[in-house]
Amino acid sequence: MIGAIRALVARDLVLAARVGGSGALSLVFFLMIVALVPFALGPDLNLLSRIGPAILWLAAVLATLIGLDRLFQADEEDGSLDLMAGAPVPLECMVLAKVTAHWLTTGLPLALASPLFGLLVALDGTAMAGTALTLLVGTPALTFVGAVGAALTASIRRGGLILAVLVLPLMIPTLIFGVSAAQSVAGGTVPFGTPLMILGGLSLIAAVVGTVAAAAALRWSE
Amino acid sequence: MIDLGPHGGYILGSYAFTALVLCGLILNAIRDQRAQKRALADLQAGAPAGDRP
Amino acid sequence: MWTRLANPGHFMRWSGALLPWLAGLSAAGVALGLYLSWFVAPPDYQQGETVRIMFIHVPAAWLGVFFYGSMALSAIGTLVWRHPLADVAQRAAAPIGAAFTLICLVTGSLWGKPMWGTYWVWDARLTSMLILFLIYCGIMALWRTMEDPNRAARAVAILTLVGAINLPIIKFSVNWWSTLHQPASILRMGGSTIDPSMLYPLLTMIGAATLTGLSLHLYTMRTEILRRRVRTLTIREAERLDAGAVGLAQARADAVPLGQAL
Repeated sequence: MIGAIRALVARDLVLAARVGGSGALSLVFFLMIVALVPFALGPDLNLLSRIGPAILWLAAVLATLIGLDRLFQADEEDGSLDLMAGAPVPLECMVLAKVTAHWLTTGLPLALASPLFGLLVALDGTAMAGTALTLLVGTPALTFVGAVGAALTASIRRGGLILAVLVLPLMIPTLIFGVSAAQSVAGGTVPFGTPLMILGGLSLIAAVVGTVAAAAALRWSE
Repeated sequence: MIDLGPHGGYILGSYAFTALVLCGLILNAIRDQRAQKRALADLQAGAPAGDRP
Repeated sequence: MWTRLANPGHFMRWSGALLPWLAGLSAAGVALGLYLSWFVAPPDYQQGETVRIMFIHVPAAWLGVFFYGSMALSAIGTLVWRHPLADVAQRAAAPIGAAFTLICLVTGSLWGKPMWGTYWVWDARLTSMLILFLIYCGIMALWRTMEDPNRAARAVAILTLVGAINLPIIKFSVNWWSTLHQPASILRMGGSTIDPSMLYPLLTMIGAATLTGLSLHLYTMRTEILRRRVRTLTIREAERLDAGAVGLAQARADAVPLGQAL
């Protein structure tokens, strides 16, 4: 079973690295949103550094949506989803493997690149580290919640827009606690630990609920 | 009519909006059920002449 | 008895008999509630006459949550028992719940303008209701995109349940977020401090609104059952026409002598 999961993760990583994969694209999109914000708000560095964590988090939420609609759709179209559903390994494991691979190509690069992009919005060192840490802890929740929407819309042609409408309201708690944890690093009334622990809890809940619900959605869509 | 004080517009506005939404909901439900009943009657009587080639 | 009542044919019969009574009762209830809340309930010492908005705001909020709850229960019915009536109940509840949530939002903001001085405050309750409305919108959008009603019902059921698990988390996080950003407590309505002279009109309105919502729900459920019948009959008709056309083509092909056909 572990072997099957590992093989599936490796396959998805290879697919994401190839031409037409969405691995690097979401990173570029992330950079794009961060670069757009100063044009909308003006290049005031004080203002930007105050709302910097919020910008990075918002950009991360939107960048997670990139490529999410193809998470199961590509496999549904070429029939490999049927093979996975018919495999002796439970479908939940397959979903877990695919979501992990998606997070490795979207969420993890975003978290790792966020200190670099933090420079653009004038974050200082501790705020940068804090934002990167919260993104590292929080982006799995975004990916798992998104996976439910991806599984529900796998068989719908042009499901990208409806996917965003379905999953964005469910991502609000993650956004709230991610931003407040990142901002509490820079000083505030709340200690850093509390929202970070809740964020970790949200990721774990999303991992369980998201895996089960996405597998159920794929199984029942036939 | 009782005196609504300085904010009467807001009170009447909220009641009017509620009435509007509820009427829309009810009328739409009635229209929809009539349409379905008509379609069902058409199908059970055999397709209307216009549909036949 | 429940299985018999839940059979679609039986449902059509008893709901058809019940509906006029239920509709009449809810109309009477609404009339009584309106009378009580307009002519009996005194103006609030703090909010003045504006408190009359609460007599529709609170029932609307209750119904918005109530219909989500009934959708979640129907979703369990859809997924566990695969009952067609649960699919129908789920589908009929979504627009009604969304409409009441919208009423709650609009009346809340109309109440907020004289009380808070602005149409919208990012208050924890209003924000939670806004997110509930967004989830309703997503559910209705998913209903519309899927052609096959059975598949759509299962997909929506999963989404509804995931949303139901998420709603307490959203409520909690929005409360946390709003205390973080607005430490000053805002004027609050309700709780146990409400005076009986206002409580009874409010309870009457809540009861009347619930009856109205239930009658609408039953009525739209009947429409959904009719829609499914129409769909089944249309498909059968199309198949019959299709089979007829194939049969004709077959007959014509058979009529051609073998040598000429080759």
